Amino acid sequence: MTIKTGIASEAPRTGYIGAGVPRPGARRLLQGRGRYVDDIRLPRLAHVAFVRSPYAHARIVRIDVAGAAASPGVIRVVSGPEVASLCTPWVGVLTNRKGLKSAPQHALAIDRACWQGEAVAAVAAETRVQAENAAQLIDVEWQELAALTDAETALDPQTPVLHPELGDNLAFQCEADTGGVDEVFATAHKIVAATFHTGRHTPVTLEPRSILADFNPAERQLTVYQATQVPYMLQWILAKHFGLPEVSVRVIAPDVGGSFGAKIHVYGDEMTAVALSIMLGRPVKFVADRLESFVTDVHARGHRITARMAVSEAGDILGIDFDDLYGIGPYSGYPRGSASEAQQVINLVGGPYKNRVYRGRSRAVFQNKNMYGQYRGVGHPIACAVTEGLVDLAAEAVGMDPAEFRRRNYIPADAYPYKLAAGPVFEKLSQHEAHDKLLKLMDYAALRAEQAALRQRGIYRGIGLAAVVKMTNPSSATYGQGGVSIAAQDGCTIKLTATGGITCAASINEFGQGAATIVAQIAATALGVALDRVKVVTGDTDATPYGGGNWGSRGTGIGGEAVLRAGTALRQHILAFVARLTETEPSLLDIRDGTVVDAATGAARMTLEEVARTVYFRSDKVPADFSPELVVTRHFTQKSYDGICTNGIQACYLEVDVETGFVKLLRHWVVHDCGTMVNPLLVDEQIRGALVQGLGAALFEECLYSPEGQLTNGSLIDYLVPMAREMPDIEVAHCCTPTATSELGAKGTGEAGTAGAPAAVMNAINDALRPFGARVTAQPFTPERILRALGKIPDGALPADATPAR
Amino acid sequence: MTTARDSFDITVTVNGVPVSRRVEARQHLTDFLREELGLTGSHLGCEHGVCGACTVRVNGEIVRGCLMLALQADGARVETIEGLSQSGAIADLQRAFHERNALQCGFCTPGMLIAAAELLESRPGATREEIRTHLAGNYCRCTGYHAIVDAVEAAGRERVRRQA
Repeated sequence: MTIKTGIASEAPRTGYIGAGVPRPGARRLLQGRGRYVDDIRLPRLAHVAFVRSPYAHARIVRIDVAGAAASPGVIRVVSGPEVASLCTPWVGVLTNRKGLKSAPQHALAIDRACWQGEAVAAVAAETRVQAENAAQLIDVEWQELAALTDAETALDPQTPVLHPELGDNLAFQCEADTGGVDEVFATAHKIVAATFHTGRHTPVTLEPRSILADFNPAERQLTVYQATQVPYMLQWILAKHFGLPEVSVRVIAPDVGGSFGAKIHVYGDEMTAVALSIMLGRPVKFVADRLESFVTDVHARGHRITARMAVSEAGDILGIDFDDLYGIGPYSGYPRGSASEAQQVINLVGGPYKNRVYRGRSRAVFQNKNMYGQYRGVGHPIACAVTEGLVDLAAEAVGMDPAEFRRRNYIPADAYPYKLAAGPVFEKLSQHEAHDKLLKLMDYAALRAEQAALRQRGIYRGIGLAAVVKMTNPSSATYGQGGVSIAAQDGCTIKLTATGGITCAASINEFGQGAATIVAQIAATALGVALDRVKVVTGDTDATPYGGGNWGSRGTGIGGEAVLRAGTALRQHILAFVARLTETEPSLLDIRDGTVVDAATGAARMTLEEVARTVYFRSDKVPADFSPELVVTRHFTQKSYDGICTNGIQACYLEVDVETGFVKLLRHWVVHDCGTMVNPLLVDEQIRGALVQGLGAALFEECLYSPEGQLTNGSLIDYLVPMAREMPDIEVAHCCTPTATSELGAKGTGEAGTAGAPAAVMNAINDALRPFGARVTAQPFTPERILRALGKIPDGALPADATPAR
Repeated sequence: MTTARDSFDITVTVNGVPVSRRVEARQHLTDFLREELGLTGSHLGCEHGVCGACTVRVNGEIVRGCLMLALQADGARVETIEGLSQSGAIADLQRAFHERNALQCGFCTPGMLIAAAELLESRPGATREEIRTHLAGNYCRCTGYHAIVDAVEAAGRERVRRQA
């Protein structure tokens, strides 16, 4: 495709934008030559192991470290107060999330542990084995306290308040109300209603959380290697809580083994590792093991939503009314807060549909469970499941085909920009186009016929649709305006090297999604060079411009635009220089294949190598009044909307074994619109990977807690994740509606798959179960839940569904 | 507490090179490869035998390095992703993964490649269903598996074509 640069003097140019090139950086990973945090070894490296609370809520009466301190190899044993003397506590609130409250949280618990898994003591030793051995010798005397584990009763007057100084257990509440809801529901032709549950689950990155902190006391310099999505956020956090000048803190993100939101939070054990490095003046490493990961990596998405929709006889959605409740951890997450899911649910229930007479409330309550935070798709999968579940019910209630019902109710194509009841605005969606494309892609009519034929033979297949909206390219409304120093802008520095190569230092960073490749493609395109002439540096606060990093589907849309602007600026500098040297106008020149040429004829003027050589080594040939700049930095931030919304639609085709309750996923189709696609190969794989995380949520994944607050399935044996055999092939197609807020026109693509998949699966299962009048609305849709819906598990045969303890 | 009885002398041929070390009885093979030999291409994702990130070959068979003690590898032939890369034995599969973007973060990739290579050695013409079944013990959180299945299928077809 062609990028229009918006600069009148330059011809449009083609290049790598839209090219599905493989990632150059993937080669080392394929050969086992990646460098993840745990692969890094420094001289005098110490290793940390933790003692964690076995109780959901308990008073720490006494910690006896004598045995551990005397254990072989032990360098230091610390508990909460010692770490607190170096690291100040934090409170996970944002000023623009009105009412969000939390209590101070320490790196290691002091006096009281508030969830099973909260770290209370740490051992640094010469080897990890020695640290783990010694940790077992730490003797903690506990006084168990009543645990708050049921979100439904957290706000009851008789329920103890987790942090008495906060007054109640309500962490956050937000609401939206257009007015007129009761009137609409009083007169509607039909009202459909359901209670939806989404299972509390967790990102399960294959590489566990990992940090290596290296404090050099001679210079008071702290270098931290961390598996992180957000080096600059961590730099700010470390400087702030350890009282160090920001310039004394360097954060490096080497290869990162998956993130999905897990690696954008502040974790007490990681802060403790940093504190130990400062105390000991030597490098300290902490790598969580899998059992620790389950009780400490953020959890997300454990909601109960009671919702109803009013619909007219003709099949128009008239109104939506819902109440959402979820239980977070004992503290609001830091520094991003645990309010984002509530906010996105309030924003986005209603999806891409018109006629918003709308009332919603979302509340987050404290619980004695693991910390709770942002996970891929933040809130969107919940909003989508509620909306799409209601839409299917409404279509059925008025006797319409669910596809036809959807198409009828989409926001009209000429109604954009479209303001939502809760405030955000959709810039432009292509939902009708996406819908039509999907039905064609999957051959909806043929599939319906196949389904009907098989049903005659006792084979129960279902087709589930889910229209998806996903906020991407977030503005400063997300964090900066809430007083949290997480940048909404990103930057790129581009340099012409001495032999005519291009080096890009970008503030967005790479953790497998392909950000570095996107940077290279955009830079190569802007500068007219081959991709293999471009080197990209990311993930180092000493080496890149300041920026927000990758989260919220912002890398390409925001960071990519910064690259385009930097590349375009450097191109202009180069053309101006060559024009001056060769006595022509910059507007008559172009750069092709690394050579500055006459745009009209293609005749070579100077290669980029000659340009660089002249500027760097033969300044005698540079006109005295001309100062060529071959290094350029540009930044970009999206300021027009709170976020740029993408849209699309998914379809799931599956079969339910009505005797066993097992679900077999057969096919899945997606049509998605992320605007300009820089690399369709990577876009498709972002969609597929994200989608399968949503399939995991739909069918398998849930952190199950006992009423006492014990996580009962905290291993990969007991907590099921999607594996290759259960997953379907996924067909992906696209619409392209570039955002007008940037020159590149790219929107985010990393999360939409996760947002839509659970709803598509739910609707497909319920479509399969339709002949039985059975329905499931509680994720994950396990065989047990499906058999219960079918009435095939007699009462008392198995313990009741675990829904109360979410 | 480590005593002399808890450690043993072993000799293992790793990627064709015999190496001798004194190891603790409790040390598993992956820690041995990573910590003692610096072969960090084998990864630890769960240390309880589910995720497959630590998959290596021992005497030609794939094993989970986290479920095997280093001591048990005494006298054995161990091949890791580093050795298999250097020998070129799985270059076609690596190329197919690269072209198809059948990896994202890369943490599962060494184990995934070694598991897939085993399948292709015996059944290069494996169907997608067979590929999915064979890789059912290797967890990938990034790709959703579709691209991996594509890559293994493509590499297998190419081997069948070459053998024909």
